Amino acid sequence: MADSGVIDGPGRKDEIERAKSEGKDLTKEEKQRLRKEKKQQKKNKEKKDDKASQENEKEKKLVTSAAPASQPPTQPTVQKAPSAVPATAPVSVPALEASAPADKPAKTKAELKAERRARQEAERASKQSKKGETGQQAATSKPKAPPSDLQPVVKRLPEHIQVDNPDVLKKLAKKLERQQIPLRSDYGYKVSLFSHLHQYSRKAPLTQQLSIPSTVIHPAIVRLGLQYSHGIVAGSNARSVALLHAFKQVIRDYTTPQNEELSRDLVNKLKPYISFLNQCRPLSASMGNAIKYIKKEISNIPSNSKEEDAKSKLLNGIESYINEKIILAGVAIAKCAIEKQKISDGDVILVYGCSSLVNHILCEAFEKSRKFRVIVVDSRPRLEGKEALRRLVQKGISCTYVLISAVSYILPEVSKVFLGAHALLANGYVMSRVGTSQIALVAKAFNVPVLVCCETYKFCDRVQTDSFVSNELDDPDDLIVTRKGTTPLEGWQNQSSLGLLNLVYDVTPPDFVDLVITELGMIPCTSVPVVLRVKNVDQ
Amino acid sequence: MPGPYKETDLTERVEAFLSDLKRGGTGAGPLRGSAETARETTALLRKITAQARWGSAGDLMEIIRKEGRRMTAAQPSETTVGNMIRRVLKIIREEYARSRGSSEEADQESLHKLLTSGGLSEENFRQPFALLRTNVIEAINELLTELEGTTDNIAMQALEHIHSNEVIMTIGRSRTVEAFLKDAARKRKFHVIVAECAPFCQGHEMATNLSKAGIETTVITDAAIFAVMSRVNKVIIGTQTVLANGGLRAINGTHTLALAAKHHSTPLIVCAPMFKLSPQFPNEEDTFHKFVSPHEVLPFTEGEILSKVNVHCPVFDYVPPELITLFISNIGGHAPSYIYRLMSELYHPEDHEL
Repeated sequence: MADSGVIDGPGRKDEIERAKSEGKDLTKEEKQRLRKEKKQQKKNKEKKDDKASQENEKEKKLVTSAAPASQPPTQPTVQKAPSAVPATAPVSVPALEASAPADKPAKTKAELKAERRARQEAERASKQSKKGETGQQAATSKPKAPPSDLQPVVKRLPEHIQVDNPDVLKKLAKKLERQQIPLRSDYGYKVSLFSHLHQYSRKAPLTQQLSIPSTVIHPAIVRLGLQYSHGIVAGSNARSVALLHAFKQVIRDYTTPQNEELSRDLVNKLKPYISFLNQCRPLSASMGNAIKYIKKEISNIPSNSKEEDAKSKLLNGIESYINEKIILAGVAIAKCAIEKQKISDGDVILVYGCSSLVNHILCEAFEKSRKFRVIVVDSRPRLEGKEALRRLVQKGISCTYVLISAVSYILPEVSKVFLGAHALLANGYVMSRVGTSQIALVAKAFNVPVLVCCETYKFCDRVQTDSFVSNELDDPDDLIVTRKGTTPLEGWQNQSSLGLLNLVYDVTPPDFVDLVITELGMIPCTSVPVVLRVKNVDQ
Repeated sequence: MPGPYKETDLTERVEAFLSDLKRGGTGAGPLRGSAETARETTALLRKITAQARWGSAGDLMEIIRKEGRRMTAAQPSETTVGNMIRRVLKIIREEYARSRGSSEEADQESLHKLLTSGGLSEENFRQPFALLRTNVIEAINELLTELEGTTDNIAMQALEHIHSNEVIMTIGRSRTVEAFLKDAARKRKFHVIVAECAPFCQGHEMATNLSKAGIETTVITDAAIFAVMSRVNKVIIGTQTVLANGGLRAINGTHTLALAAKHHSTPLIVCAPMFKLSPQFPNEEDTFHKFVSPHEVLPFTEGEILSKVNVHCPVFDYVPPELITLFISNIGGHAPSYIYRLMSELYHPEDHEL
């Protein structure tokens, strides 16, 4: 039986070599087998020092050496979806190890070349898989080295912060062409400090360059993209929920084509949609987490399940994600804030802009008959505070309204500041609407406590220290205003040394923030990486 | 001798000036800059000195004080009017003392003298001098010349404070700072970031003027002040008034800017000519703040919620002296702790209350 393993290995390799040399396209099975072997060889290198386990697995190999050969349909299925690769790892590693030492004497130059190529492709595939599933690897591969959190993660820089690099732009253009999505062009003079970011104009939406009806992109996604780029759907929670609903629609309308697996094909179908949405407006951290969850759910669908079952399972999964992570989390945060006396009678609470979570908390507190009044601070050009003002006034809460430049006038009256967040970064910085850090700064100067309310699904493992390296530039024409009949900035495009800057986000250092209220409880800003670690281990 | 015709002409001028003051201070920022107000006030005071009927210095001071109270009451936030009146009163005192032959400037310095002599307060300025009128008018003319040169004097110091490839931040619109930056731009290349200062958005005009002079300018919203502050080398602002403790009464948003600059240890430079220095202290809540129509903040088109909401639109901000690094005025640069000394040179303590 040991021999069978030896014979199989090089035999199959020869087949593949022949196919390659003949210039034929490898069949699917062969491709999968090749990929699998490359993966195994790569892992083999990592285990070279672990001699003891090799002995054990040599015996295991006797049992499982037939397994790789006899299960091509399931394993390749699982393999193709990058997230499920680690599941095959423990199974295939023993077979690999056994075959590798046996192979050594029989290797020829061509086989070495094939192995090298195989290794490279395996590394690429494993890099992609590692990005998504560091947690899974840690859980499933116990005999392996220490958990992947401590292994160096090779991160690919997102494209939207490398606009000044022409190679990246070329790659993006090629990728979009392949997916048949139009490329959105930058608009206007960009301030030199931000030349690495995109700057689009609202008057030139991406859909103008699409043919209607679009065959590549689902109409629900086209509508969603338009809503994003025009600011009709704005705010972290709203965007995530809209995205998940649109994906539910896509899944409902999806039918698996012939000879395709639902788990593989659906993920591939989603990729151009995500690129399209990214072009309309860069994805937020919460949307990124939601997409990761969906991809994981899809790839976990067993290949032998019927289409209807799979689809209903996915729809339920998405529904429960929205329910748990967004709606119930909001309820828990409100309960936590109110019961722990974070809103007491006689309070004067300052809020900035329109955060759905903070509005929810205030409305809940008002219903529980707490007596307080609210000061809504707003800023140009978005003026989102007006929306918050309307909602609060409708409830009957007594409100005051000022612009952000008057904050140091009004702050002596304030007892607490409640802020919402777009994302919480792993180094404790709070990424939120531009102006939040300013309010936190002035509140700190006046010794007013600052509380940030944020659900845990917005936590992301990025780190950032200033508002320049990764941000979003909105349409610069929004800054133009007409007062008393004159518009001083009207012809700003024609003036060569004039630039307009319309930032969307900024980061608040953790020393300005006193408390973060999440559905897991009240934590300091610096505990964000702890929560992320716990979440990863759970997954 | 001034006849009745000239007197009515004078009162007409004064009334016209008062109504200008009352109208000029509504929300849109001053219709004319502080320098113009100062010049007009001084010219008007010269006219009063020339045409009104007075016998001795005491009479003249009474007349000027009376007119001064009316002018400051018309527009309390326009402090340059009050400052010019106090300057003229000081000029009158000095000319009177010179005519009498005693020099009393030195008396202020010595603590002993302060305790033993009540200074000129025991004087009632009743002695008539023939040449007093001409002397006072001459001194006021000198004051006017000084006023005309203030902006240029400040702008001349620009190259001492700005080096090349700097990023300078400013807020709103100040003619002094505009001249300052344009003067430096003739020889050095630098970048200016202008915060637009809602709701009046005067920063837009400032930015267009600067970019026409060839300076690289960027307009940012007020909300982005802290976000971009980490890349700024200096903050240069103008102000409406410099208070007696070295603090500022400046356009709203300046306090936030000053706090952000302090957090990043960026120097905050205030370009303020001497006529903006006021002997007031920032403790009178009802006269310190000025509010304009909330229509600027929440326009009437918002509909029903307007009646259920309080809206505030303050015009000015108080900046404490600890946040300020340097004052640049027409007589040079000073630290905020030196302002009280300058004040004692410009105004007599008796005149602090008009």
